[in-house]
Amino acid sequence: MKITARSTSLCSLFLLSLAILSCSSSQAADPIRLDPALERVEKSRIESVARAVPSAVSVFVPGGGGGGSGVMISPDGYALTNFHVTSPAGSFMRCSMSDGNVYDAVIVGIDPVGDLAMIRLLGRSDFPKAELGDSLAAEAGDWCMVIGNPFLLATNLKPTVTYGILSGVGRYQYPSGTLLEYGDCLQTDASVNPGNSGGPIYDASGKLLGIVGRCSFEKRGRVNVGVGYAISINQAKNFLGYLRSGRIVDHATLGATVSTEPEGGVVVSNILESSDAYRRGLRYGSEILEIDGRVVQTANDLQNVMATLPNGWRVKMSYRSEGKTVDTLVRTMGVHLEDELLKKMAGALPPPPPRPQQPDQEDNDPDQKENDTEQGDKPEKNKNQPPQRVPPGQRPGKPPRKIPQQVKDQLVERKGFANYHFNLAEQNSFIDALRSQFPAANKPTQTPSADEKKAWLIKGETAQTPAQPVKIQIATDKMSLQIGQQILQIDQRSEMYDAVTDSTVAGLLPALNAWRRMLNDGPLKFGESYYLGTMPLGGERPLRDVMVGIAGELEVRWLSHPDTGAVEAIEVFADRDEDPAELWLLREGDSKAMPNVLDLRYGIDSILKIKVQSWEQIPASELEWSADDKNAHHMRDSTFKRAIGASQNTNKQQEVKA
Amino acid sequence: MNRLAAITLTLLLTASAADLQAESPLGTWVRDAQKRVVKIYGAGGLKGLEAYQSGFLVSPEGHIATAWSYVLDVEPVVLLDDGRRFESKIVGFEPSLELAVLKIDATDTPFFELKEEPNVDWGDPVIAVSNLFNIATGNEAASVMQGTVASVTELNARRGTFKTPYRGKVLILDLIANNPGAAGGAVINSDGQLAGMLGKELRDSTTGVWLNYAVPANALRTTIGDIIAGRKTTVINSATATLPRKDSHNPNELGLVMVPDVLETTPAYIDTVATDSPAARAALRPDDLILLVNGQRVDSQRTLRSLLRTIDRRDNVELTVQRDTQILPVTLQP
Repeated sequence: MKITARSTSLCSLFLLSLAILSCSSSQAADPIRLDPALERVEKSRIESVARAVPSAVSVFVPGGGGGGSGVMISPDGYALTNFHVTSPAGSFMRCSMSDGNVYDAVIVGIDPVGDLAMIRLLGRSDFPKAELGDSLAAEAGDWCMVIGNPFLLATNLKPTVTYGILSGVGRYQYPSGTLLEYGDCLQTDASVNPGNSGGPIYDASGKLLGIVGRCSFEKRGRVNVGVGYAISINQAKNFLGYLRSGRIVDHATLGATVSTEPEGGVVVSNILESSDAYRRGLRYGSEILEIDGRVVQTANDLQNVMATLPNGWRVKMSYRSEGKTVDTLVRTMGVHLEDELLKKMAGALPPPPPRPQQPDQEDNDPDQKENDTEQGDKPEKNKNQPPQRVPPGQRPGKPPRKIPQQVKDQLVERKGFANYHFNLAEQNSFIDALRSQFPAANKPTQTPSADEKKAWLIKGETAQTPAQPVKIQIATDKMSLQIGQQILQIDQRSEMYDAVTDSTVAGLLPALNAWRRMLNDGPLKFGESYYLGTMPLGGERPLRDVMVGIAGELEVRWLSHPDTGAVEAIEVFADRDEDPAELWLLREGDSKAMPNVLDLRYGIDSILKIKVQSWEQIPASELEWSADDKNAHHMRDSTFKRAIGASQNTNKQQEVKA
Repeated sequence: MNRLAAITLTLLLTASAADLQAESPLGTWVRDAQKRVVKIYGAGGLKGLEAYQSGFLVSPEGHIATAWSYVLDVEPVVLLDDGRRFESKIVGFEPSLELAVLKIDATDTPFFELKEEPNVDWGDPVIAVSNLFNIATGNEAASVMQGTVASVTELNARRGTFKTPYRGKVLILDLIANNPGAAGGAVINSDGQLAGMLGKELRDSTTGVWLNYAVPANALRTTIGDIIAGRKTTVINSATATLPRKDSHNPNELGLVMVPDVLETTPAYIDTVATDSPAARAALRPDDLILLVNGQRVDSQRTLRSLLRTIDRRDNVELTVQRDTQILPVTLQP
């Protein structure tokens, strides 16, 4: 047997066992001494396992309804697992870790399409967490390990470690039934068995590469056949903010179908005219070159990237159309309508147990513990099941589970949400951050009476040459924008809608108005408000926290920096199928500093840039409104639009700031 | 035990020279192997019969070795690692090795050298590269798995347990390599040499256990070399003239009653054998499948008839038939 350098590490795997075997059998010969290099490899492997094991979580559905695995990603208890692991449990599960403790856990958010779920283990603020790796850097042939709870063996609170290599990266696995699509996933030959679902796959150094979720089983029964798949950690990173929102989240689509050309290249074969991609100029026959910073050469490549993106993200896109290469930004749309997703989810829940079970009896029948899914397996499994599923927690033959108080404290049920409690928490931290930054953090210029306070008076000049003076006034449901001698005044709600839908410079007024009103009223009184999650700003990371507030016909989004909490952009959507007004706030100082520039954009074009000179909070009564209709133009007035908008439009801003 | 010690020692010696890295030491080894493995698409697609398998390049002119199976019942389509797609021709097959060699019109393809005899023994680390479960499509790289050769042994030690015509030694693998679509995949030793070809799925008929094995490259080398060199081809020699009906052989005269020819390519299964005929004298039996006539591949009854038309009725006819899991050479004497 001849071994070359490249296989030495491979050998190291079974070397130890051989060495031990040889030691015990060789008669009094020289003791076997491991080569230092091999010893180093072996030692590093042992260390990696030791580093990885503490963050592995074993999930058990209370009442013996199955279980799976998970992985801790934050010291305050947030862990990732599979949707198909949590769905039989509903909102409450019990989790064990290698420290020998069992923790109560509550559902946080779910991604039924991507088969991800976030849960929170309770009772500690110093959980050992996994270090997140970069799954895009992983390659076929890399050593990896899977740690988890196969066959629910971890009832002794010790997770199982299996070792292998990545067999493939960037794999695409079709949805199982209607959900659970695995795009850009990792394939491994490390043993993955029922119960490993939701658990971590680590690289050789113990960094988290992904979430193990499914296997190819075919005809050999529901045990490992050398092919396991893991959701990439880079996809999970994209979804962390969405999951933390407590929502039931959806995946992204471009609103276009593509095909791979025989000579290579991804070409649009169909496109929705209502999609943002269409508004950005993507057409039938356009060749998509790059999306979210990743080069795509086949339709599969594109599908792989899109499958890793949450619904509503705006990402960079480059395409070639009629010989021209266009670099732009594109807003993705949801794969499902909201109710459609909820309906499909109900259908994707595992069937109720075939026979009534005693509530607290541990079920040791392995057939009951299987949680993994696989194409072609589901229909058979569902064959004898009634078409309608019972929501988790209220299965026939089972009394409703007793949920511990500390779980109840963090659980609020609400339609469209996995757990509204976590959304409320994010809303609170949003409004706290908003109220601690400019201009709310600054004391009002004078001390007005309660209902009058915090009308805004902003003065500055346009960034174009020659600069024109700008004056912006924002009071309750009445606002105006003056550029040079032109005054635009809004005193009806419908005018705000028109200001945006006609892509006018006046679109900055509803944005500022919403900001001011959110400050005064808070999310609960603003209208329908919720925390959406995190997404890039202008296609750039870091991911910004996004708060949504819907009032009347306008949907407003605040994008805040994850570290400072400073609002960096406010988007106002009048119509889902049109470009929103985007008000970008450019600052030189921290979040308490006044924005230096207000930049109003539609699509990717900046149409108005204002250098801010002063931003006062004064009583509304001190604002000056133009009573004369000759000077004050209203939305429908095209002269205003031409005077301001058109001149700015020629000065297109392609630049995107992070 | 001496052997174990020797292995360990070898490992130690070679390892000392190596610059060991904990991460991704298999990268180029894996990638080089993946580039030589192809995806093959052909017949099948019905319940339980996958229409795909694996293969690997064995010459720079586009020769591909693969497992001989029903997938090759139609001229298969081959996808290279880089995503290029080719129609292929079956240029040779050896039923007793369950081996087929395809040819595509490609040049300068990376390939496995079969010149030297690879040294593969039990305990050796190997990787297996195949398109099992058809996970990779288009230009996606084939799947790679790692493990060791558990033993080198003969399957017919328990004849009848595994239904395969192959009678030679096999590499028993400790990795779960033999899955749907994996047949024809490459097993590579630590030198990057081809150690074997993954065989078709085999299941122990008594225990139900699936076998993970490969046909060693040593058993395939000569035949593959002969086929590439043109010394052993099963391609029908189109230069041979068709003889007048009265001068040539035909199934009836030989005593062969074939199953009804109802398809475009009805397999050449024998239905009954006429008594006191050349076929009866050669002990052919009903259900025998005729694979070769004078070394040329019989893909259908139509081909069988036209091949017989090229043979003088006074000459012997050399057949290769498959009877259950046996491959038998048979000579029909007129």
